[in-house]
Amino acid sequence: MGLDLLKEKGVPLDRQKFTWKDLTRRMISKLDDDAFTRVRVILMNGIEAESVRFSHACARMNLDLREPLALIRRVEHFQQTLVNWLNPGNQSPIETTLGYEQTAIEVTASVALHEPDPYLAQTYRFGMLEDFDHLYRYSALYDRLTGKDPNYIVQSYTDIIPGRPTVLEHRHPLDDVRRPYASRTADPITKLNALTIVSAENQVHTYYMNIGPQFTDPVARMLYAEIAAIEEQHVTQYEALCDPSETWLEKWLLHEANEVYNYYSCLQSETNPVLKEVWQRFVDYELGHLHYVKELFQRVEGRDAAEVLPRELPEPIGFHEHRAFVRQVLSNEEHLSAKGTDFVMRAEEAERTVLYREQLNADGSPSDIASAGYIWRPGTELSVEAKREGVVSEGRIQ
Amino acid sequence: MERKASEMGMNRTGIKTSPVESAKEIDGAEKRGATSIGDALAIARVRQEFAREVEGLGSVPPPTPKGMVKAAVDMLKGGRATVFIDKLGQRAGFERTGVRLYEAALSKLDVFGTWEGGPTRVELEKIRLDELAHFALVVRTIEKLGGDATALTPAAELQANLSEGVPRMLVDPRVNLLQSLEGLLTAELVDNASWELLIELARELGHAEIAEEFQRALDAEQEHLALVRGWISTGTMLEARVGEEAAGAPA
Repeated sequence: MGLDLLKEKGVPLDRQKFTWKDLTRRMISKLDDDAFTRVRVILMNGIEAESVRFSHACARMNLDLREPLALIRRVEHFQQTLVNWLNPGNQSPIETTLGYEQTAIEVTASVALHEPDPYLAQTYRFGMLEDFDHLYRYSALYDRLTGKDPNYIVQSYTDIIPGRPTVLEHRHPLDDVRRPYASRTADPITKLNALTIVSAENQVHTYYMNIGPQFTDPVARMLYAEIAAIEEQHVTQYEALCDPSETWLEKWLLHEANEVYNYYSCLQSETNPVLKEVWQRFVDYELGHLHYVKELFQRVEGRDAAEVLPRELPEPIGFHEHRAFVRQVLSNEEHLSAKGTDFVMRAEEAERTVLYREQLNADGSPSDIASAGYIWRPGTELSVEAKREGVVSEGRIQ
Repeated sequence: MERKASEMGMNRTGIKTSPVESAKEIDGAEKRGATSIGDALAIARVRQEFAREVEGLGSVPPPTPKGMVKAAVDMLKGGRATVFIDKLGQRAGFERTGVRLYEAALSKLDVFGTWEGGPTRVELEKIRLDELAHFALVVRTIEKLGGDATALTPAAELQANLSEGVPRMLVDPRVNLLQSLEGLLTAELVDNASWELLIELARELGHAEIAEEFQRALDAEQEHLALVRGWISTGTMLEARVGEEAAGAPA
């Protein structure tokens, strides 16, 4: 039995409090926590980042909503702080990157499987295959830059193999815009799914734009530049799925409902008791926000929130491996591209996309360079070379 | 306080944590292969290409008017004064960081306590002061030579970047005192080698007096290194023991 979104009131806004210590004292273990605990942390940071981003945009265009937006946004900011600071300081930017791609793959796979609208489900599968390839490219970089095994982060849940090659993912901007769902007829889960995925992708784009220049290796810098460009394409693709005719308040209401849904999903599957407490607390906080915005929506727009929201929360996001599904999509849909709002075979791509890609790749492809001949193996690709060289004698190769 | 570095627990990073999933993962990687031919040398080639095209980290600041005379004298002797200033800047930066490292270690001592043969508060405080004195010594030397002791030189930047993980780990609340000492070991090893080189360079450039002063700093650094090595050794051996023998092992 899921939560009744229209009845549950959660924790009222004036009782949602933080201190600096409360915001920063918890963190996960890179060594001992389950990879899906990191996935949940990453996803929820993305969800909160989106809530703050949306709230600012809304405030800039709606004079009457500025004050209520400011009140809730401050709490969302602190929620984002607490969530993002769950990442430990010994998790390097490239390790966090591997976590981001694993999140993109597994969460998008779960969403694709639960999406009732076939066009949107196709869009999610399409994007998932591209993020799947990013995990492989960054894994090769991680192995070759640091001599470390990317499986430390993905913990065998997610395959480290090429997806739709990144070198082929670059498309003309007009071939990344998709058709939106129709808000009046779309299933509520369709609206939540679109918000979840655009939040996650927007976070990835922002992160790569920030950390990419911090690398000293030229191939690493180029690879981050290349994949950040695809994340920008993905944000363009996924934000286009949301119906632009929804009112600002309707969108705000959906954002709050989606936050409840995502925290609730995390709560259902969390294995770390410290984090379980965080997810429960934030489910209650978000219900408080939802209730507040619901009242506002009904008063200002004179509409019933039940028109927009599901009464009960849909089936939670599946935080588990989707190996079989991903492999099946890879085998069936690797050769797809996009033309306008449609998905087409690569041979049918628009000329503008072909020219665009040729120009970007004219000096070579960073993703191909980083992963030239790369096959992931437990203990890194060097373990194969070490084995081949034989047992050492007196500190020398025999 | 119980927080041994080597507790057994649910570490999930290894392949053997999930034999079923990892077998599928290995099989998948083998079957799918790579999409572009070549190997890690492709990265090396780009590194070479960029290294040929880009500028270095930055420069050594010009000497003050007083230093100009000194530099001119060195030039006449066929030396490059900037090398010495660069390396002095490096030492100043590293010694200053060293003070902070020992402050971090002192916090760990207060929380985790020490062990038989481990560091005492007095010892850690003494080394902290030594590092501070070395910083002051290098600053005075740079100023005497007419350099700007507040500038970040390329060699200082390089060494700070190389060792940035040391302070990072030392201040991590999850890292205990014994683990923190690994950071001090890294710093002390570099310190020893760097002072040796600096003394050699001072002599080479004809600064005999400076070389002598620096020799005394090196003597202190050698003591630091011996101490840190000893602390790590006793702590690790104690932690490896079991039962009553291990009483007082590092937490």
